[in-house]
Amino acid sequence: MARLAACGLLIFLATMGVAGAEGLSVTVADPYLELRTGPGRGFPVFHVVERGESVEVETRRTDWFQVVDAGGHEGWVHKSQMAETLIPAGVKMEIDDPGREDFGTHRREVGLLVGDYGGANVITVYGSYAFNEHLAGEVALSHLLGNFSDGQYATIGVTHVPVPEWRIQPFLSIGTGVINVQPKGTLTGTQERTDQVAYAGIGVRAYIARRFIVRGEYKEYVVFTDRDENEEDIEWKIGFAFFF
Amino acid sequence: MENRIRILLLSAVVLAAGCSHMPWRKDAPEAEPPPPPEAGQAPVVIEPQVERREVKPAKIDTENWEAGIYVGSLSVEDFEVNPVFGARIAYHISEDFFAEAIAGTSDAGLSSFERLSGGAPLLTDSERQFTYYSLGFGWNALPGEIFLGGKHAYNSALYLTLGAGGTRFAGDDHFTLTAGAGVRVLLKDWLAVHLDMRDHVMEIDVLGSNKTSHNYEASLGVTAFF
Repeated sequence: MARLAACGLLIFLATMGVAGAEGLSVTVADPYLELRTGPGRGFPVFHVVERGESVEVETRRTDWFQVVDAGGHEGWVHKSQMAETLIPAGVKMEIDDPGREDFGTHRREVGLLVGDYGGANVITVYGSYAFNEHLAGEVALSHLLGNFSDGQYATIGVTHVPVPEWRIQPFLSIGTGVINVQPKGTLTGTQERTDQVAYAGIGVRAYIARRFIVRGEYKEYVVFTDRDENEEDIEWKIGFAFFF
Repeated sequence: MENRIRILLLSAVVLAAGCSHMPWRKDAPEAEPPPPPEAGQAPVVIEPQVERREVKPAKIDTENWEAGIYVGSLSVEDFEVNPVFGARIAYHISEDFFAEAIAGTSDAGLSSFERLSGGAPLLTDSERQFTYYSLGFGWNALPGEIFLGGKHAYNSALYLTLGAGGTRFAGDDHFTLTAGAGVRVLLKDWLAVHLDMRDHVMEIDVLGSNKTSHNYEASLGVTAFF
């Protein structure tokens, strides 16, 4: 599993394209624009560009924009100051960042959850796509790490958010998937098995800042075994996610 | 007689004329007079043709991703210190926080027990491979600059990380918590050097009983922002 993750990471690195830089020239409309030596509030201001002069925007890292002025001074400007500059059309530069008002109407969400599945530790990576404000489809991959067995499970399901306007949003979920469990090497007499599962759950997700949310959930699973009785497991997880 | 004919013709003409003026006859279009011009309205001379400029939000290249590789040494508890190779990817959420995924591999050595007893090895070669991954987040606790001499200054940050993941070692997967601290020095705006210290903590039962195993790792890596 760890080797699989390492391979996945390398493939991800290889396929990530580097977006081409596109120069944008903006004119300073505030009395001055402060250029810092680094992309952070602690870095010192080493140069100011006066009103009426223009700067070229090179790149952006988190809330900081790297700009270069006519004199070749290259520095980092905060988003709040960039929003007061004018683009060539003569209007203020619009910085379209996701915020609180986008939470609930967003389409995509990717997150990491950690918790407990039937007494074993579980790590889950999930992605969801919202069909509308209330209903989203969700795919999750989980790694199960217990004292007696290891395993993986993959599920696909839907979540329903009754009130997408709230900052803290409860949701319901239902879905199905496949689980593969391998007993630990030190135990004998048990076999690796693959079964279908189905789940129903409740959870809550809350907006923190920017595109960042925390999420917790509780699910009840039914494992359709080939034995006389189905197995029932309880899962709870907590983690963080991004929406975009 | 002639008078009668005249009356007949005349009545026919009157009838035809009367029919043509009947109100339900609509086949003849009537020319309506044009409406009188409204008072106070100047005649239009020029149609204004203002072309609105469409303002799109600026497309700016963002560099919030950071990816790279690292090399170091990993102390696998009871199984010697060995070289470790890994890859790392991070997404910078804000100037303070980032999400991080790491994966690495190392080959563990012999335990003291194996070395001293001279008996059969505890683990096969494939079981001795220590492979881990960890998903978590980090906090840039101490951002700053590093000065080299009087002319060079490099942006840097000391960060703390916490992650959860899995480790494949001794034939089993183990749930692993990874805590670490590191220093990132930016040689260029897009190129960084990392010095990391991490502790991979897991429960392990290779030597008979369950115990908590701390596996310390020190590594040096390079990453690029994109």
